Amino acid sequence: MSHGYRATAFAAMMAVFGAPVAAEEITYVSGAVGAAVENFAALVKPWEEATGNTVKLVPMPASTTDQFGQYRLWLAAGNGDIDLYQTDVIWAPQLADHFVDLTEAAKDLAPTHFPSIIESQTVDGKLVALPIFTDAPALYYRKDLLEKYGVAVPKTWAELTAAAQKIQDGERAAGKGDFWGFVWQGNAYEGLTCDALEWVKSHGGGQIVEPDGTISINNPQAVAALEQAKAWVGTISPEGVLSYQEEESRGVWQTGNAAFMRNWPYAYGLGNGDDSAVKGLFDVTTLPTGGEGMSSAATLGGWNVAVSKYSTKQEAAISLAMYLAGPEAQKNRAINESSLPTIVALYDDADIATAQPIIPRWKDVFLQAVPRPSAPTRGDYNEVSTLFFTAVHSVLSGSTPAADALAALEGDLEDLLQK
Amino acid sequence: MTTSKIAKGPSLQQQRVRAAFWFLAPMLVMLAIVAAWPLFRSISFSFTDATADTIFNGKAAWVGFDNYIEQRVRSNGEIRWRGVLLDAEWWNAVWNTVRFSLVSVALETVLGLLVALVLNAEFKGRGLVRAAILIPWAIPTIVSARMWGWMLNDQFGVINQMLLTVGLISEPIAWTARADTAMLAVLIVDVWKTTPFMALLILAGLQMIPRDMYEAAKLDGIHPVKVFFRVTLPLLKPALLVAVIFRVLDALRIFDLIYVLTPQSDATVTMSVLSYRQIQQFGDYGEGSAMSTLLFLIITAFVLLYIKLGRVDLSGEKS
Repeated sequence: MSHGYRATAFAAMMAVFGAPVAAEEITYVSGAVGAAVENFAALVKPWEEATGNTVKLVPMPASTTDQFGQYRLWLAAGNGDIDLYQTDVIWAPQLADHFVDLTEAAKDLAPTHFPSIIESQTVDGKLVALPIFTDAPALYYRKDLLEKYGVAVPKTWAELTAAAQKIQDGERAAGKGDFWGFVWQGNAYEGLTCDALEWVKSHGGGQIVEPDGTISINNPQAVAALEQAKAWVGTISPEGVLSYQEEESRGVWQTGNAAFMRNWPYAYGLGNGDDSAVKGLFDVTTLPTGGEGMSSAATLGGWNVAVSKYSTKQEAAISLAMYLAGPEAQKNRAINESSLPTIVALYDDADIATAQPIIPRWKDVFLQAVPRPSAPTRGDYNEVSTLFFTAVHSVLSGSTPAADALAALEGDLEDLLQK
Repeated sequence: MTTSKIAKGPSLQQQRVRAAFWFLAPMLVMLAIVAAWPLFRSISFSFTDATADTIFNGKAAWVGFDNYIEQRVRSNGEIRWRGVLLDAEWWNAVWNTVRFSLVSVALETVLGLLVALVLNAEFKGRGLVRAAILIPWAIPTIVSARMWGWMLNDQFGVINQMLLTVGLISEPIAWTARADTAMLAVLIVDVWKTTPFMALLILAGLQMIPRDMYEAAKLDGIHPVKVFFRVTLPLLKPALLVAVIFRVLDALRIFDLIYVLTPQSDATVTMSVLSYRQIQQFGDYGEGSAMSTLLFLIITAFVLLYIKLGRVDLSGEKS
C-alpha cells in the first residue's frame, strides 16, 4: 500500500470526522476464522493513526451459529462493552433493532458497493450494517483430470455427475482406491442450507421462502434436485460427506482425492499453497445449473460491520465501521486474505488482480448469488434453516423420500411462520 | 431435638444450633443465588413466551402450559396440537439420552471396576500407571471430542486405517455421519474418557476395605472369585453406588461431546442439546426452558428411583 494513498485517507478522515477530541478504545467483536485475527492489527493501524483511537479485537468461535447466540444475548441485555459487531449477511433482519442506522453516515460510501448487498443489510429503510467482504461459492475442478479423461467443464448438474463418475472410475481402476468424484458439505448445519438452496434454486425450485413470505419449497423441481443429490451419496461422493463441513471436503480435495468440489473462495488460496497436492492443477467456475435454460445459483455469504445502539462511543465506532467498509481496508483484505470486496470498482483494481488473480473472475460467480430467506423469515430464520437442513439431511441419508420430507417441511414451516 | 424447659436463657443446645445456622448461612445464600434462583427462573420462563428480545425487558407474557402442550387453530380451521410434550423430536432426544446414559454408565462401571482392581494390586510403578490412566479424564471434553472426530473421520481417520489394515472392514466407515454408528461413536469416546474417573472412585472404595478380611479368606482357602463376590463387592457397594449416581447425573445432562462430535444428528441428539438449540440458536426461551424443566424433572426422577432402589437393596443385605 502506497504512502500517498494512506496520506489521502488520513486527510479525508480528518476532514470528515475532525481532529480527535480524546483517544478512545473501540471494542470490535468477530469470529476467529483463518488469518483474519492475525491480520487485524495491521488492517486497522491506518485508522488508529489517523484518529488517535485504538481498537481492541475480541475473538469469538468460528461457528456463526455460536456467535449469533452470544451476540443476541449481549444485545438483548443492552451490553455496552462491545461497540462494533462483525455480522453475518443473514443476521441483519434479526438484529436490526439493536444497531445504529448508518444510512446518513454512509450516504457517499454505500452507492459504491454492490446494490444487492446493501439491500441485504437494509431493514425497513434502515441501513443496519456496512459490508466489509462478501462470499460466494464456486465449483472447483481439476484441470489435469478433465483433460486426461477428455471431459468438458460441466455446465449442468447432470454433466457434473457423469464427469465425476467417469473420472472416479478411471482413477480407481488406476489404483487410487480413495478417489472420489465430487465433495461438498452435507453435515446437518447452516452450510447444508447453502448447498441445498443452490441445488433447489438452480433447478428452478425457488428459494425455500420467497421474498414475499410464500412458502415455496414443496414443488417437483425441488424434489428432483434433492433426489439427484441423494444419488451422489455413496456413488460419486463418499458416504461420509453427510458429516462434512467446509474443512472436511477441502481435506479430501487438497490431498488430491477428488475431481470436483463445491466450496467458498478461501479454499482457492489454500489449495495453491506449497503443502497442497493440487497446487496449480485446478481452476474454478460457476456452480452448475439444473439443465438447459436454467441459471446457476450461488448462496450469498459475507460479513458486515454494525454499530451497537448501546455503545457509548458511537461516533468513533461509526468512523471505524466506515473505514473497514471503505476501499482501503477492503483492498487490504482482498490482497492478504483473498476476501471478495463488496465495492464494485475493486474488481478492476490492478494490484488485487496481480496478488489474487481469482478475485476479478469471481465477479461472474457473484452475479448469480442467491440470498438465503433471512429477510422474509426475520427472527425465525434460524429455525427455518434448521428445519430445512434437517429435512434435506434426512433425504440424503436415505431415511425419508424427498417428496415426503418436503411435504412435511412445508407443514412445519407453515406452523412456524403463520402463527 | 430435645431442649431443656428448666433453663431460663437459651440452652447450650439452642446456642449451638444458632451458631451452626450462622456458619451455614453464607453457604445457604450462595446456594440460593447460584442454584435455587436460576432454577426458579428457568421454571418460570417455561410458562411464558419469552424470546431473546423479551427476556431482559420483562415483556414476556404468561402463557400457562402452552409451551408444554397447546391447541392451536390454523387459519383454515384445522386444529393442531403442539408443544414439547407432543414433539416427536423431544421424545427422540429423551430416548437417546436415556439409552446413552444406561449403556455408557454400565460399560464404564464394569471397565472402571476392572481397572480399579488392577490398580489396587501391588506392583512396581503403580503410582505412574495411576497417573497415566487419568489422562483421558484430564483432557477437556471439547478437545477429546474434536480429536476423536478426526480419528473417526472416514477419509483420513486413523481408526478406519487400523481396521482396514487388520482386515476387519473392507471399506472406510463414516462413523459420525451414519445414523447407525453415530451413537456407537459417541459411546466409544465417552467410555474412553470417563472410565478413568469411575476407576478412581472405585479404587478409593477398594482401599477402604480392611486387608485382614482378605487374609482371613486366604487362610480359609476360599477361591478368589468367591472372595470377590462375597467380600469385595458387598463392601465396595456404598462407594460403587455413589460413583454410579455421579455418572448417571453427568450422563443424563450430556451436551459438549455430542454437540461437537455429532452436531444435529437425530441419532444422538440429547435433551440438553435440544434445549440449548431452542434457547441459544432459535432464541425461544419459553420452549427451551420447558425442555430444561422437563430435563430437571427426569433427572430428579432417576435419582430418586435410584436412591430408593439402592436403599431397598442395602437393607435387604443387612437383614
